[in-house]
Amino acid sequence: MPGTRQLGRWSILLWVAPAVVLLVVFVYFPVVDNLRLSLYRWNAFSPKEVWIGLDNYRALGADPVFWSSLFNNIAYAVVSVIFQVGGGLVLAAILEELIRGRWKGFFRTVYFIPAVLSLTITGLLFQFMYNPQIGLVNGLLDSLGLDAWKHSWLGESATAIWAIIAMSQWQSIGYVMVLFIVAMQRIPRELYEAAYLDGASRVQAFRRITVPLVREMTLLAMIITVSGAFLVFNEVQVMTAGGPNNSSHTLGTWLYKSAFFNDQMGYAAAIAVVIFVITLAAAIIQLFLGRGKAVQY
Amino acid sequence: MAGNPVRPHSVESPGRAVVSSIGRVTAYVFLIAFAVAIIYPLLWMALNGFKSNAELFGDPWGLPKTWRFENFGKAWNLGVVRYLMNSVIVAGASVVTTILFSSMAAYALTRHRVPFAGAITVLLLGGMMLAPTVALIPLFRLLQTIGIFDTYWALIVLYTAFRIPFTVFLIRAYMVTLSREIEDAAIVDGASRWQTFWLVIMPLSRPIIVSAALLQALFSWNEFVFALVFINDTDLKTLPVGLLAMQGRVLSDWPVLFAALTMAAIPMIVLFLAGQRQFIRGLSEGFGK
Repeated sequence: MPGTRQLGRWSILLWVAPAVVLLVVFVYFPVVDNLRLSLYRWNAFSPKEVWIGLDNYRALGADPVFWSSLFNNIAYAVVSVIFQVGGGLVLAAILEELIRGRWKGFFRTVYFIPAVLSLTITGLLFQFMYNPQIGLVNGLLDSLGLDAWKHSWLGESATAIWAIIAMSQWQSIGYVMVLFIVAMQRIPRELYEAAYLDGASRVQAFRRITVPLVREMTLLAMIITVSGAFLVFNEVQVMTAGGPNNSSHTLGTWLYKSAFFNDQMGYAAAIAVVIFVITLAAAIIQLFLGRGKAVQY
Repeated sequence: MAGNPVRPHSVESPGRAVVSSIGRVTAYVFLIAFAVAIIYPLLWMALNGFKSNAELFGDPWGLPKTWRFENFGKAWNLGVVRYLMNSVIVAGASVVTTILFSSMAAYALTRHRVPFAGAITVLLLGGMMLAPTVALIPLFRLLQTIGIFDTYWALIVLYTAFRIPFTVFLIRAYMVTLSREIEDAAIVDGASRWQTFWLVIMPLSRPIIVSAALLQALFSWNEFVFALVFINDTDLKTLPVGLLAMQGRVLSDWPVLFAALTMAAIPMIVLFLAGQRQFIRGLSEGFGK
């Protein structure tokens, strides 16, 4: 009966319906609505929207905290690419090439552990690590005779964001390292054996074999890290809440403060649009790279 | 880990072997130092949980003189038990809904001819490009309008919606590789779609389902932005936000806070150690393709 067949063909849509509905209502609609809201002035208590065109964006351009937040996100991205992607790559190569058996698994496990912890836990922990009285950081500097380098790390405008960024490297390098390990395990051993037979050193093998063959993962890790850097929120909110003097805000925490403390919802929506543009660009680049031909092993 | 019959150093000259072993020793020293840098702060956190405030400030590096287990009891009663339970409820529910809806969608898209399959796939996977922060302000209003603001549902629904794209991506890639033969046999035997899904496809997809469930549990356990903005009721807060609230509630009795942090850290560390292989498979399937 063609009627039943037709029904069967359409009824399969019920299987994708829950996923599609949730996504449309709670992901796509809000993201689009945010674009609209950024053109209005409104606040939580008198939700009457007043159309103000691009005024929120003009205000953004004139807001020094917006620019310092953006700068902090960029600093986050640059440092994270160097330490997490660069460091993760080197660490993965050392583990894969030089370490055998049980130790390899041990190091991999230990390095990954911080990545499964909530940023609130590590953030609060590092608040104490950076504490001028009991903190391990100043204590370590003391014992190395570097008293002059001591700071109230989270309490000074000049150091706060860098202290937070440093914590984040501690937390995430193991995660990126594991991504590289996975990529390296796909490289055939014969390539290394041939290179060593030809008298190549380990450093040469790393540069000529490992690095080119994990190139795709390197790019991917860079994009993940950079787009993550523009979404930073949790650790900043926990460790400094953007202070002192708004010096350690990122776009995310400045959005939060603008919306829920300064009650400038439209303005916060404009900040969200900036985050949207940056992270979407990163995602599109990622998609574009993913489409490209995989490295041939 | 696959067999490497010829190790590189077997072909090295004695001189190279010396260089190589110096290199290896340096590598070990470096790796151990880094491992200490990872473990020591965590150990410090746990040890401080046993101290008194005076000890913490007087001797922050030392071992506790008496082990004050009561700090952990205090932290537990000050809110840890409540936040832990909320986290379990929210993470548990969102794992179930995310896995269920994602595998249903992945099943339909990989095993059946779905009308507009291309558009639906783009819509589902395209969600990976959209960050939660970008939707924060409109969601604040939307959740109030539909009346789930400040309830568990707010978090369960959002954690599901925002993670369906990645989870569909993982499960779909796996289901594509399953052979059709067993499924066809089930259909010949008169099994319905629902039966085929539960009795054939889901059991066969178990490895990726476990990985996806672990990653979803990790995500919802640690999620912070939504949990901060959409939950006001202290009794409903999940761990990441609840711990922040505890910072004020311990009244400067910092060892109690350390005890709380330690207890909050344990579940995820245990889950990770128990399911390490599945965790890593999920990550590598997600990013390694």
